Amino acid sequence: MALIDFWKRIEPSKENQFLHATYDAFFTFMFKPNLTTKGKGVHIRDAMDLKRTMFHVVIALQLCLLVGTFNIGHQHFVALGIHTGFIEAFHLKLVFGLVQLLPIVIVANVVGLGIEFYFAARRGHAVEEGFLVSGMLIPLIMPPDIPLWMLALAVAFAVVIGKEAFGGTGMNVLNVALLARVFIFFAYPTEISGDGPWVAAWTMFEDETTKVLYKGADYYWAHTMFNPLFEAAGWSTFVQGTPFVAGYSGATPLALGAAQGWAQVDAATGEVTGGILSQYSALQMWMGGIPGCIGETSKPAIIFGAIFLLITRVASWRVMLSFVIGTALTGMIFNAWDATVFMNVPWYQHFGMGGLLFAMAFMATDPVTAAQTNRGKIIYGFLIGFFGMVIRVMNPAYAEGWMLAILLMNVFAPLVDHYVLEGNISKRLKRAKEYAK
Amino acid sequence: MTWGIIIAIVLVLFIFTLLTLGEGLLKVTASQAGEDTSDYSVLPTNLQSLLGLGKKKGEYVPDDATVKRFSRGFDVNLAGGPSLGQTGIREVRSATYALKPKDFVGMSPIPKVMPELGATVKAGEPLFYDKAHPEIIYAAPVSGEFIELRRGEKRSINELVILADKEGMQYHKHEDLPNLETASRADLVDFLTASGAWPFLRQRPFDVVADPSMTPKSIFISTFDTAPWASDANLSVAGKEAAFRKGLEALAMLSGTKVHLGVNALATETPSDAFLTAGEVEGVEVHYFKGQHPAGNVGVHIHHIDPVLPNGQVVWHTDVHAVLLIGQLLLEGIFDTSRVIAVGGAELPGEEGYYARVHQGIHIAALLEGMADDMTTEKAYVRNAEGQKEEKMVEVRSIRIVSGDLLSGKQVERESFLSFYDDQVSVVKEGNYYELFGWLVPQTGHPTRSRTFPGGFFPDTHYVPDTNTNGEKRAFVMTGEYESVLPMNIYPQHVMRAILAKDFEKMEGLGLLELGEEDIAICEYVCTSKQPLQAILREGLDELRAQ
Repeated sequence: MALIDFWKRIEPSKENQFLHATYDAFFTFMFKPNLTTKGKGVHIRDAMDLKRTMFHVVIALQLCLLVGTFNIGHQHFVALGIHTGFIEAFHLKLVFGLVQLLPIVIVANVVGLGIEFYFAARRGHAVEEGFLVSGMLIPLIMPPDIPLWMLALAVAFAVVIGKEAFGGTGMNVLNVALLARVFIFFAYPTEISGDGPWVAAWTMFEDETTKVLYKGADYYWAHTMFNPLFEAAGWSTFVQGTPFVAGYSGATPLALGAAQGWAQVDAATGEVTGGILSQYSALQMWMGGIPGCIGETSKPAIIFGAIFLLITRVASWRVMLSFVIGTALTGMIFNAWDATVFMNVPWYQHFGMGGLLFAMAFMATDPVTAAQTNRGKIIYGFLIGFFGMVIRVMNPAYAEGWMLAILLMNVFAPLVDHYVLEGNISKRLKRAKEYAK
Repeated sequence: MTWGIIIAIVLVLFIFTLLTLGEGLLKVTASQAGEDTSDYSVLPTNLQSLLGLGKKKGEYVPDDATVKRFSRGFDVNLAGGPSLGQTGIREVRSATYALKPKDFVGMSPIPKVMPELGATVKAGEPLFYDKAHPEIIYAAPVSGEFIELRRGEKRSINELVILADKEGMQYHKHEDLPNLETASRADLVDFLTASGAWPFLRQRPFDVVADPSMTPKSIFISTFDTAPWASDANLSVAGKEAAFRKGLEALAMLSGTKVHLGVNALATETPSDAFLTAGEVEGVEVHYFKGQHPAGNVGVHIHHIDPVLPNGQVVWHTDVHAVLLIGQLLLEGIFDTSRVIAVGGAELPGEEGYYARVHQGIHIAALLEGMADDMTTEKAYVRNAEGQKEEKMVEVRSIRIVSGDLLSGKQVERESFLSFYDDQVSVVKEGNYYELFGWLVPQTGHPTRSRTFPGGFFPDTHYVPDTNTNGEKRAFVMTGEYESVLPMNIYPQHVMRAILAKDFEKMEGLGLLELGEEDIAICEYVCTSKQPLQAILREGLDELRAQ
């Protein structure tokens, strides 16, 4: 009880709204409040609440986060041409990944939560925990080398325009995390395209003898402070100025696929000369040793998270299943059509490429923005799969479609629900007329 | 990759064979020891029903009867439920009894009271009536002296208190009992409204007292209650089968088409013969239902057999106690409101509930003898006149008493009385305490349906409840939860939204007229956002009724 007494004693008065809102947020984070049911309605409530729901989504994301963090380091060293085995130099890659990731997570959460606290104080209600999930999702869908000021702007846009303008948690029409991503996509397209953002921490060095500029790894204090530790343990260390492999493209499988398709086979020798298969194997794309956004690369981690969400009944299986079916069917249609090189990527290989599984497990299943009737969810998931594949395969500019497809269906989800409800209403009214006679 | 899949399939098959073999061997051993193994299984009950195993229906269900199975619903299993125990059904009497006009939806705040204060009334003599419907008489449940009229705000009448006769019961003897073979429907209606039995008939939509000028398209009775700590109608009807049958005959005459009796298809104890053979009465149909709460709610039965539609037609419903009362009235001419109620709660002496035979309107304190005091004092920080925080001892409630079940009942004081339509009393500990990281920890001992707790995978666990909301009120976020516990073709969340948006056409079109508070109570229980659904529903129903 001493802890509660301490908290109760330091409670600020309600006059300073911002302070009180902050206090309230931290207090309810630590303690489940002592609110009891009012005399009307149910007298007992289920132990489940929204905080717990959000927390379980965050748990489901942790494996993606971990593997994605490691992958940031791995891609960096692949670009340098050293430590190219996936688990080689485990310590270096993990440290590199964390140094890259933590500022992103911190900035996203601080900016987002700060804005939420401000709005909660202004509106006089408790800080709602919707941002716990968005704060974890936003870093996972960003490229590793995103400039932090860009990230802060994107998060501010997403929270203010996408959520608070509509009334806060539970009222938003569009998926908040995707809004942040789409802001960067449309406002700073060149910064996130090409090979730059997928490989982090480099600058141009000048070779002392030949005076030629070359691209080399640039580490700062956050990396080099670990070097004494690694040396003492006899492990490899961060070496400043390690040159990047010349001509390293760092292209994601999607970019390759859009340009060259699945596999360009030399007719004479049967060797794979171009396409995705020339750089990555299907297993590699599945396991996650490829460049891409932080959370979307390792498919087993995502599937683990998805199964976790399904078992705990936090996410809707209807959305996930219809999404998969929609994607598969559209993929098969494209395989049959076979008009461009991208279309000949086998439909089942699409699941291992890009942000498809991540979008399925964590973005499409957001309960607030998805369709809210069970039948509606099936239509919603299916159409996301369909539109996402169409945008991915037929988009000449940017070979990824899920954020746009999901945002499109977010806008149409109320319409889908409307027709499902209209069906229910008209059936009832028709019956009423029949039986009235 | 393919090898992995093959190994996985083989493993699953192996485990399945192991489980089935083990279960079979256990069953053999158990039946050799003389145990009943018909509903025995290694798997927990929810997995059983998922895989289609487990008992399909009770042996008492005739083979040609169709059993309506509800896959949606959730039984709230709580510790401290009523049991017959050593003493069986207790006979409980209290010094005072009362009727509460506020139990009736739509009753005017100041009904016309008929006897003078201090007058002696017999059981069944008129007590009050609503000026809007003067033909419906509300009669005294027991005999005694009409001692007090307790008033609430704006002179509205809260309770009409009767000091009961210490020995015996004086019944008002009704002469000229209508003979059901020869009397007309209008005669029967006149008799029932004048005798005080009419308020037991309620009408859907709105759950108001039935309108005697209307003919309902059907009448529904549910013989089983799936709410937590509910009473058992079999105990009430034991020994009174003739009265039950007479009551059914009367209702069959009142109904426009039929009387539908809902019976539990998978009860642990065989339902009374009075229920199973009710189909022998002309105009009565017996329906078998199986499922978790709210499968016993009459609203669910109405929805699946003869739904309330927005075309002005009404459905009447009542309970077993009322049928017994009407039957006894027509057979013997006396107004006997005795019934077997359940008193449940872990706060009761012995941490267990009991069954009691009481008269309607019994004083609550008489049922809770030996229970700890419901108010305690504790330390709290309050702001004094200068705005400074100081420590004070304040009185807080520690035990809550509810007339009805914990999902849809109303909170009452110890000095209050059992509500008209309730046949159970529940007591529950107040949950006004803080829990460190209460929303985070894996297991907290609170009842839950969610699979984020390990308890969610074992729904047969009985928990001791308390009134903590387990979270703060939020906007509607999770979708599909209400639909998954309501076995009706209705979208509850959208009905709620239509009510909040005051969209009358949508409310009606989506089926608001079919719902009662007791039906939406389970949705409110599972609500993650802690929304006050029953209050919203009542608001919506009142607005539609005013139209």
